[in-house]
Amino acid sequence: MIEIAKFIEDAVTRHGGLLLSTLQDIQEHYKYLPEEALREVAKKSGIALRDVYGVATFYSAFSFTPKGKHVITVCLGTACHVRGGVRIVDVLSKELGINPRETTPDLQFTLETVNCLGCCAIGPIVVVNGKYHGQMTPQKTLKQIKRLVKKGK
Amino acid sequence: MVKLLMAEQLEKFRQKILANRPKKTLISISCGTCGQARGALKVVEAFKKAVKGREKKVSIKVTGCHGFCEAEPNVIIFPEEIFYRNLKPEDAKRVVESALNGEVVDDLVYKENGNGFIHMSEIPFYRKQMRILSGKNPLVDPVNVEDYIALGGYKALARALQKSPEKIIGEIKASGLRGRGGAGFPTGRKWEVTRVQKGDIKYIICNADEGDPGAYMDRSLLEGNPHSVIEGMIIGAYAIGAGEGWVYVRNEYPLAVKHVTVAIEQARKLGLLGENILGSGFTFDIKIARGAGAFVCGEETALIASVEGKRGIPRQRPPFPAAYGLFAKPTNINNVETLANVPIIIEKGAGWFASIGTEKSKGTKIFSLVGKVRNTGLVEVPMGITLREVVFDIGGALDGKRVKAVQIGGPSGGCIPQELFHLPVDYESLTGAGAIMGSGGMIVMDENTCMVDIAKYFTNFLQEESCGKCSICREGTQRMYEILTAVTEGRGTEEGLTLLEELGGVIKDASMCGLGQTVPNPVLSTLRYFRDEYTAHIKEKRCHAGVCKTFIQYMINLEKCTGCELCKKNCPQEAIEGERKKPHSIVQDKCIKCGICYDMCEFDAVVKTTGGKNAKDSN
Repeated sequence: MIEIAKFIEDAVTRHGGLLLSTLQDIQEHYKYLPEEALREVAKKSGIALRDVYGVATFYSAFSFTPKGKHVITVCLGTACHVRGGVRIVDVLSKELGINPRETTPDLQFTLETVNCLGCCAIGPIVVVNGKYHGQMTPQKTLKQIKRLVKKGK
Repeated sequence: MVKLLMAEQLEKFRQKILANRPKKTLISISCGTCGQARGALKVVEAFKKAVKGREKKVSIKVTGCHGFCEAEPNVIIFPEEIFYRNLKPEDAKRVVESALNGEVVDDLVYKENGNGFIHMSEIPFYRKQMRILSGKNPLVDPVNVEDYIALGGYKALARALQKSPEKIIGEIKASGLRGRGGAGFPTGRKWEVTRVQKGDIKYIICNADEGDPGAYMDRSLLEGNPHSVIEGMIIGAYAIGAGEGWVYVRNEYPLAVKHVTVAIEQARKLGLLGENILGSGFTFDIKIARGAGAFVCGEETALIASVEGKRGIPRQRPPFPAAYGLFAKPTNINNVETLANVPIIIEKGAGWFASIGTEKSKGTKIFSLVGKVRNTGLVEVPMGITLREVVFDIGGALDGKRVKAVQIGGPSGGCIPQELFHLPVDYESLTGAGAIMGSGGMIVMDENTCMVDIAKYFTNFLQEESCGKCSICREGTQRMYEILTAVTEGRGTEEGLTLLEELGGVIKDASMCGLGQTVPNPVLSTLRYFRDEYTAHIKEKRCHAGVCKTFIQYMINLEKCTGCELCKKNCPQEAIEGERKKPHSIVQDKCIKCGICYDMCEFDAVVKTTGGKNAKDSN
């Protein structure tokens, strides 16, 4: 708790009280927005908690639940869409048993979708733990998942 | 790093950089986000090893995007401009050897119809382009300001600071430059309106919230040549009298964020940002604000709210940001590509710039040419070039596929059918055809793209991204999405289509911001040009393109199936049955129609059918 308070005090000061940037730092650090962090932001910045919550829910980059060990992001930009990005999401959903924006109960995998990563020429793009993979297919993506599962065992 | 106190010092600094750079072979490796996704970093490592011990004769430059994404990772050898495509780490040695010996590695050059193309300018993808903005990318290491200065960077700034702000605005006006973010408002006029506002504190914002899915020219400029945007921004700030600037950049572009951050720091160290820039008495600095994944923040009033740290919800205009913007002060907002044009106009003159393009649309425009074309990538073309030239001459149709349409302008844009590809690319022509220039995404669609699915895709995107302020946009997009979903799931009616058109008109009229006003474009333009596809879904229960899952079925052709078990092994649903060396079959109840079997079969034994006919040739 003390650690969170310190981190947030620093972030609020660093960004001159600008809420969005402060929340971004928290999201980056904790990989989600813990409730106590939001309460602390409200306290430290003097912004009403309801407004902090309002901003946190408005932007899709924020999450209120912890992310899995492996984060799989499928790009669903237009170019990826016409080249079959949705098929990849469908297959991953089935394989992992979760919907997009959800995390498996064992906290191993989080499945995310994104509107566009700007790598449209080599779509569909799948980002596995921060690493970009171009021209993906449902089958190539499944292979990646299976490799990660194997590694974890 | 030295601090440049006067314009003359900048010139001296440039001469010093050039003097320290002996002429030698340069290997430029494209290493933007696309390149990295294709393994460019490993290629860089291999090249570094390959040139070891020969640094006197050859050097390596790790650069931003070269534009030709389909050919990533690619390498250009300067000064000859030999272009090598799709390199692997093991190719590095051969490329270095041949570059030193003045030879060409024939099997690594770009080929089309059996012909090899050695030089960049000969390749069909580059031939019709005019790369005044993106052309410097291969020669600039984006995190090294010296590269930019060596090529004449910040010369325009030095020149601009010696003129009056009014004169600069006059030049931008005379050039005919219009906003590259979408709407095409004349940049010079925008600057002038902000300039004449009363008050000491004014802001300039660079809108790098490139939210249009399928468009990434701004990412490429920020990643590959960030100083060109910063220089444009400083000149703009000087013209309008702003003391502080913000770059609002998408957080989905980590490399762009990194490169802009580095570039701003370098400019500050050199005294190109900060107090009394180049001895002119003008003081200006830039901060960065990162987006957080909200499409609506590309709209200027929403963007301002977001920079202020609030929810990105647009507000009523007027007052326009020029009068009442960031922190309630006069604010000018320009798009990345617009700003990158500014130094070029100042350097080469308004007349030169105005000589490129059409009567009302001047200069060049970068498009991201993606989707169903052979050569995907960023293409920079003079305004007025026809769609046909861009799609077919630069892009090239995929083998044996019929190009159906091109989607321009992102979710706010529309689909233009092939019959209209004679249209010139300029603001007015595209708007007349039901699309918009937008930020410049061009997504090519062929016979395997379902236009109803595309309309549904954009409507879903927009109903998620609608900020919710205007109920007609919030609710209207949801209703449109429901109607479109019904069509793609076999529950559509003709009345539904009429309702779509009516709803579209109302949302357009009654929404407050640009997002709502353009929301129905993808639906209306596909209804206008591809109504037959909607009808096929409703009446024949068929999706000609073979996309909408309700209407398709995968089956195995017993005559062609060799029983190799490849599909069976890879089916994630275990929906394929059959013994080895005997024809397989698909259990339809288990099939989720993911198409893996269809993609993998080496004997064309898996067929996709719609309405009892082959999806492929049902058109």
